[in-house]
Amino acid sequence: MQPGEANKFSMFSRALAAQRTRLHSLAKVLRPNDSATDQRDRVGYLMVLPYLFHIAVFLGYPLAFAFVLIFHRWNIYTPMKWVGLGNIKLLLTDPLIWRALFNTLYFLLIHIPLQLVLALGLAQLLNQTVRGRAFFRASYFMPVVVSGVVVTILWQQMYATETGLINLLLQRFGLPKIGWLTDRRYAMPAIAIMATWKNVGLYVVLFLVGLQGIPADLYEAAELDGASAWQKFRLITVPMLNPTIMLVLLLSTIGGFSLFIEPYVMTGGGPVNSTLSGILYLYKQAFFFSKMGYATTIGFFWAMIIFVVVLLQRRFAETEAV
Amino acid sequence: MKRFLLYLVLTIGALMFLYPFVWMLGATLKPELEIAGFNPLSTHFTLENYRFVFQKIPIIRGFANSLLVSILVTTSVVLFGSMVGYALSRLYFPGRELIFNLALATMMIPAQLTLIPLYTMMVRFGWVNSYLALIVPAMMSSYAVLLFRQFFLSIPQSLIEAARLDGCSDLRILFTIVYPLSKPAIMTVAILTFMGVWNDVLWPLMVIRNPKLMTMPLMVTLFAVGGQAEAHLGVILAAAMLLALPVIVAYIFIQRHLIESIASSGMKN
Repeated sequence: MQPGEANKFSMFSRALAAQRTRLHSLAKVLRPNDSATDQRDRVGYLMVLPYLFHIAVFLGYPLAFAFVLIFHRWNIYTPMKWVGLGNIKLLLTDPLIWRALFNTLYFLLIHIPLQLVLALGLAQLLNQTVRGRAFFRASYFMPVVVSGVVVTILWQQMYATETGLINLLLQRFGLPKIGWLTDRRYAMPAIAIMATWKNVGLYVVLFLVGLQGIPADLYEAAELDGASAWQKFRLITVPMLNPTIMLVLLLSTIGGFSLFIEPYVMTGGGPVNSTLSGILYLYKQAFFFSKMGYATTIGFFWAMIIFVVVLLQRRFAETEAV
Repeated sequence: MKRFLLYLVLTIGALMFLYPFVWMLGATLKPELEIAGFNPLSTHFTLENYRFVFQKIPIIRGFANSLLVSILVTTSVVLFGSMVGYALSRLYFPGRELIFNLALATMMIPAQLTLIPLYTMMVRFGWVNSYLALIVPAMMSSYAVLLFRQFFLSIPQSLIEAARLDGCSDLRILFTIVYPLSKPAIMTVAILTFMGVWNDVLWPLMVIRNPKLMTMPLMVTLFAVGGQAEAHLGVILAAAMLLALPVIVAYIFIQRHLIESIASSGMKN
């Protein structure tokens, strides 16, 4: 067959197939329960079956079992003991869970503004015609792909009071040393700064995508009206980036409530519980004290808080947009 | 002048993110006493720190464990995720929408809620200290299902119908026609799943205590937290460097795919 002929043939067969499809879907619309057309599609059940089985066993069952565990005391090895609302009462009066919540909010208070400013700033700079943009983007992104364990170990050394790079730098500028991980005033901010360093690259990329979606004529029109750079930023860039900003808020909040490996490796939750996170506390209750019921209750409480925070942020985002 | 400032700020930024890694590499290659300082280079080059790590923990074994677990989980997530995604986007059967909504609903359940019940399940199954606990609960992902479904919706139905008329089974259509057209989606799911499993510490920490079965990040974490490193900074950093190295090498090669996959996952969540 000549190349041209082959082309014609494939075009013809494609047109034929399209015609058949149209007839096929027409038949489906006309006779939705036609057994002849649907019989083949029944294979779909086989295809979804392993998935349904898997989520029933590894998600559905644990979810249901969580609500059993909340009302019991259990160390796995001896029989469960019904305690009614005992775990929930314990939770509400447990100063450590409130400490963990306070620590998380403190973390977010530092992490989120820092994250937003840095990510948006770097994205703005990269959104110009920059030579080597791919290199800059890739270097900002590097800590995102590297394991949290590596980042935590690295920063633990950088935060060391006597030998750490950060204190050496401070001293070079004539500033006093700070006990980053040993002083309870600084331990949580130290983790928040580290988390920002680890994640900011991701948000730079997200903001870059957002910035590139803003039509250039908006800026051109503003320039004709004599708008200053700050006005353009405040009145065009920020409102247009609202969805991305909300996304960044959401992801960082969820990240804040998932803190575990950072305090686990760096501080063990100390000094004096100043870096105790919810998940670390849950882990300690389950694995140091074998309190599965109480640990599940903490998990439930934490999940509820995340849920509420996400809902609030969404609500807030919607009213902002109106 | 403005351009110069721009490049200056961008370069300082790049240094802030890259220099710590360079410093870490330098610190692992010199004697303990020289670690405190900005200069990563030293005249007393030594591999002593790495020798110590290899002597104290079976880190090669940890690497192999991580590789095994990550590859098996990723293969399974891609295979089953695409199968379900195909069924939910390309086949018509009663209950399809229900299953789609179920997949959406499972994404709403915070992992913190099921963590402990899932652990107690592993204990009851006798899966603690076994690869099964690392692999089986992670074998399917609703996120992958939804991503594949979304992607497959964009493939022309005529291609599938034509193959069906030629007598192709749906599984064959999925593997021979849909797969070659879906490389970006497969790449994204594979990269995200692999990285998620590779970097996870919390779950392995809960279910594995036998050093022979530990994944690499778990091994390095316990090495840093426990007393095995005898508080030698260089040794702990060397272990961390060994953990970072495979990821950094992979990052250099598939940097663009990685960035795009991770960014797109952020967008969809």
